[in-house]
Amino acid sequence: MDMTKDLVAASATPLVLAILAEGDSYGYAIIKRVAELSGGHLQWTDGMLYPVLHRLERQGHVAAKWSASETGRRRKYYRITRDGRAQLAAQRQQWQVVDVTLRGIWMKACTA
Amino acid sequence: MHGVTAFADRPLEDQIAQWRAYVRRRPALHGPDAEELEGHLRDQLTALTEAGLAGDEAFLVAVKRMGSLDALSREFARAHSERLWKQLVMAPDAADESAGTSYTETLVVIGLAVAAALAIKAPALFGFPINPDEELQAFYFRNFSLFVLPLLTVYFIWKRGSGVASALWLALPFAAGAVFANVYAFHTPSDTEKLTALHLPIALWLAVGAAYVRSRWFAGGGRMDFVRFSGELAIYYVLIALGGGVLIGFTAMMFASIGMNAAWFIFGWLLPCGAMGAVIIGAWLVEAKQSVIENMAPVLTRLFTPLFTVLLLAFLATMAWTGSPINVHREVLIGFDLLLVLVVGLVLYAASARDPQAPPDFFDGLQLLLVVSALVVDGVALAAIAARISEFGFTPNRVAALGENLILLVNLAWSAWLYLSFLRRRGSFGALERWQIAYLPVYSVWASLVVVLFPPVFGYR
Repeated sequence: MDMTKDLVAASATPLVLAILAEGDSYGYAIIKRVAELSGGHLQWTDGMLYPVLHRLERQGHVAAKWSASETGRRRKYYRITRDGRAQLAAQRQQWQVVDVTLRGIWMKACTA
Repeated sequence: MHGVTAFADRPLEDQIAQWRAYVRRRPALHGPDAEELEGHLRDQLTALTEAGLAGDEAFLVAVKRMGSLDALSREFARAHSERLWKQLVMAPDAADESAGTSYTETLVVIGLAVAAALAIKAPALFGFPINPDEELQAFYFRNFSLFVLPLLTVYFIWKRGSGVASALWLALPFAAGAVFANVYAFHTPSDTEKLTALHLPIALWLAVGAAYVRSRWFAGGGRMDFVRFSGELAIYYVLIALGGGVLIGFTAMMFASIGMNAAWFIFGWLLPCGAMGAVIIGAWLVEAKQSVIENMAPVLTRLFTPLFTVLLLAFLATMAWTGSPINVHREVLIGFDLLLVLVVGLVLYAASARDPQAPPDFFDGLQLLLVVSALVVDGVALAAIAARISEFGFTPNRVAALGENLILLVNLAWSAWLYLSFLRRRGSFGALERWQIAYLPVYSVWASLVVVLFPPVFGYR
C-alpha cells in the first residue's frame, strides 16, 4: 500500500515520539521499529528520519547524546523529554479525533 | 573512529568513503549529521550483508533506502534554518539563476537607491531646504525613516515576489507613520517630537521585517534570519559610512585647495543622499554577498561579550568597594537603557549564530554572567532613579526611558532564567532563541505607542 507523502510526513512526529517514549533509541533502530509496527506498510526513506529527529530536538521534544554503540562506533542516541511527552499526548488526542471522525463516516458508509 | 566496524570487504569501504565525500559536499549537512547518516548506512549494510547480500548489492540497496541526497539536504536545511542563512540551499533556483536576473536586481537596487537619495531632497521643493548654514529642520528628524524604509520594503517585496495585496498591507504602517509624524502640532523645541524621531524607525522596522520574511513570520526561523539581516546591515552601513567619510574629507580638501567651498554640496547633497542610498545598497550587499563578511555580527559578539562582562563586573566591584552611589542626572537613565540594548543585542546575536543543538559550553556561561551582571547594574541604577523620580516628576523622556528599561529588563530576566535552565540541562537552547524572537514585536509595539500616544498625552511638549 502506498501512503501519500503528506500522511507519512504528518504521522512521523507522533510515531517517533511514541517510539522514543518506549525507551531511548537511535535512527536505524527507530526505522526498524516503524517497519515492524506497521508490518512494513509505512515505508520511510531512511534519511528523512534524521531531519525529523533534529527538528524535534530543536523544539525541545527530544534530547540527543553521542555515545559509543555496541559496535564501538560513535552513535547519536535520542531520548524523549517532558516537553516531548506533552507533545505526544497532544498529538495523540488530535489523531484520535481524526480516527473517530473517519471511523464514524466509514461505518455509516458500510451500513447505508 | 570508523576502524572498529570497518567492513572486511575493501571495495565496500571505498564505496562508503565515496558516499561520505559526496555527503560532505552538501553545505546543509554538517559533520556530525554526515557521521550520523554514515552510522545508519553502516547499520543497514551490516543487516543486509548478514541477510546474505553481497557487498555491492547491499550498498546499492542501503543507498537507495537512504533516499535522494538532494531531497535529504533540503530537509536538513529546513530543520536547521540557521545553515540556510549561509548556504541559501532553500532557493533551488539560486544556483541556476541566470546572469540576467541578477542584472535586473542590480538595476532595481540602483533605482531604489537613487529614489531614496532623491526622496530626501524632494521636500526641498516644498519649502524644507537642507541648508548647511542652518540647523536641520525638525521635519527631517521626524521623517527620515519614511524616506528610505518604504523603499527598502519595496526592495524586499520585489525580491521575495510578494503580491500586490501584501504590498498594500505593508504600505499601511508607513502611511500611519507619516500621519502620526506630521499631524501633531509639536511645540518648539519639543521632547515628544524628538521621541517620535527616535521611535518611528523602530516601529517601522517591523514592517520591513514583515516584507523580509514574507510569509515565514511564524515559521522556519524567518524572524531569526531577519535579526541576522539587521545586524549585518548595521555593519555594512557603518563600513559604507566610513568610506563615505573618507570621500567627504577628500571632497572638502580638494575643492578647498582650489579656493572653492564645497560645503553646500557635501551637506546639502552628498551626506543626506548618501546616508539614504546607503541603506538600500547595504541591504542589497547583505542579501547578495552574504559570504563576503558573513556572520560578522556573531564574531563581534564573541569578541565583545567577555569585554562587556568584565566592564560590568568591574563597575559593580568598584561601586561596592567605594560605596559611591550612581549620580542621577538626565543622561543616566538613557545610558543604562543603551547598556541593556547592547546586552540584548549581544545575547540576540550570540543566539542567532549558535548551533542550537550544541551542548552548553564556556561561552554560554559567560553570556549568563553578562546578562546577570547587566541586570544587577540596571537594578542599582533603577533604584537610584526611582528614589528621585518623584522629585523630578514625569517627563516624556523619563517615561519613555523607563518603559524601555522595563521592556529590556523583562527580556533579560527571562533570558537569564532560560540560560540557567539550559546550562543546568533542564531546557534547550531553542527555548531561548524562541523567547528572543517572540519578543521582537514588543519593541515595535512600544515604539508605536511612543509615537502615537506620547505627543497628545504630554501636550506636545
